Amino acid sequence: MRDLALAVRSGGGFGLGLVFFLIVTVLVPFGVGPETARLAPIAPGILWVGALLACLLSLDRIFALDREDGALDLLATAPIPLEGLTLAKAAAHWLTTGLPISIAAAPLGVFLSLPWPGHLWLSLSLLVGTPALSLIGCFGAALTVGLRRGGLLLSVLVLPLYIPTLVFGADVARRGAEGLDAATPLALLGAVTLGCLAGLPFAAAAALRVSLR
Amino acid sequence: MSIWSFANPTRFMAVTARLTPALGALAAVLLVIGLGWGFFFTPDDYRQGATVKIIYLHVPAALFAINAWFMMLVASLIWLIRRHHVSALAARAAAPVGITMTLIALVTGAVWGQPMWGTWWAWDPRLTSFLILCLFYVGYIALWEAIEDPDTAADLTSVLCLVGSVFAVLSRYAVNFWNQGLHQGASLSLDTEENVADVFYYPLLVCIGGFAALFVALVLLRTRTEIRVRRLHALRLRERMADA
Repeated sequence: MRDLALAVRSGGGFGLGLVFFLIVTVLVPFGVGPETARLAPIAPGILWVGALLACLLSLDRIFALDREDGALDLLATAPIPLEGLTLAKAAAHWLTTGLPISIAAAPLGVFLSLPWPGHLWLSLSLLVGTPALSLIGCFGAALTVGLRRGGLLLSVLVLPLYIPTLVFGADVARRGAEGLDAATPLALLGAVTLGCLAGLPFAAAAALRVSLR
Repeated sequence: MSIWSFANPTRFMAVTARLTPALGALAAVLLVIGLGWGFFFTPDDYRQGATVKIIYLHVPAALFAINAWFMMLVASLIWLIRRHHVSALAARAAAPVGITMTLIALVTGAVWGQPMWGTWWAWDPRLTSFLILCLFYVGYIALWEAIEDPDTAADLTSVLCLVGSVFAVLSRYAVNFWNQGLHQGASLSLDTEENVADVFYYPLLVCIGGFAALFVALVLLRTRTEIRVRRLHALRLRERMADA
C-alpha cells in the first residue's frame, strides 16, 4: 500500500512507464510510415515490446529507494516473510505499470491501426502477461539491489528472462488481431505467469537475503 | 574416499596440477586427429560439397555450449547446498568457456548457413535459443563481475543460474512455437537409426571427444587460476594487516 501511495504521489514511477509506452507507440508510425497495410501486421508486436520496455524502465525503483533510506532493512526484519514482501512489491509494480499499460493499450492500438477484435485480445494478453513481467523484474531487482550502478546490469539480466512471456503474449495479440484462435498461446502465457508467481518470489527473497547480509 | 574430498582446494590443486596438462595434451591429440581426418580424409558431401566439414567444429561446440551451462547449474547447486568454494569457482570458470563455445557454434552456423540456406541468420528455433543462451551467459558473467564480495557474488549468480536454466528451457519451447525451422534435426544420436553416414560419423566422434577434453582442461585451468587469484588476494590482505 505504501508503495502504491508513493508511486502515485511522486509521479515518477506511475507516469513514466505509461508515458514511455505512449511515446513508443506514437513514434513507430513516424519511423515506418503511416500506411495501414504496413502498421496493422506489426501493431501487436510493437505494443508488446513497448509494454515490456516500459516495465523494464521502472524496475530499478522496486527496491533501490527502500534500500537507500534503510526501509528495506526494516522490512526484512518485519514479521512478514521476505517472500511475501517481494510478492507485495511485484504486485505494487504491476498495479502502477502493468495494469495502466494493459488498459491504455487498447486505445493506443487505434494509432497503429490494429484491426478491431485485436484490441480486446491485446488488452487481455497484456493483462495476463504483465504480472509475469513484474515478477521477473522483481527478481532481477532483488539480484542487483546491492549494486551502485545496477540499472544496465538489471536490463541485461532480465532481458533473456522476458523472452518466453514476450513470445507467447505477442502471439496471442497477433492471432487475435488476425481473427485466428488464440486460446493455446493464451493458456501458455497464463502458465508462464502462474509459474512465475509460484516460483520467483522465493528466488527473489533468497537473492534479497544474500544482498542484505 | 568420496568425491567431496576434491572440494578441498589444496587437494584439488594437487590433483589438477597433473590432470590439466594431461587433458590438454589429450585434447590436442584428439582434435588434430579428428579435425585432420574430418577436413582432409573425408569425401565431400554430394549435395553440400566441402561445406559439410564445418560440422566438425559446429556440432561439438554446440554440444558443449549447452553442457557448459548444465555443468554450471550442477556446480551452482553444489555451492548452494554444500558451500564448497571450488564448486562456485568452477561455475565461474566455466561461463567464459561456455560463451566461447556458443559463439563458435553461432559463427560456424552462420558461415555454413550462407551457402546452404542463402542466409547468415534466420529466426529459426534452434538458432534463436542459442542466441538466448548467449544472452544468459552475458548476464551471468556480468553479474559475477559486478559484485565485489566473492561469496555474495557466488550466491547471487547461483540463484540466477537456477532461474536462468528454467527460463532457458522455457525459451527453447517458446520459440519452437513459431514452428518454422530451417535447422535440420539432430544428425547424430544414440537411440535413432538415422545418423550421418559412417565416413562423417567417426571423425565427428573423435572431434567431440577432443572438445570434451578441451572443455574440461580449460575449465580446470581457469578454476586453478581463480583459486590462485583468491589465495593471492588473501595473502595481500594478510600483508596489509601485518603492516598496519
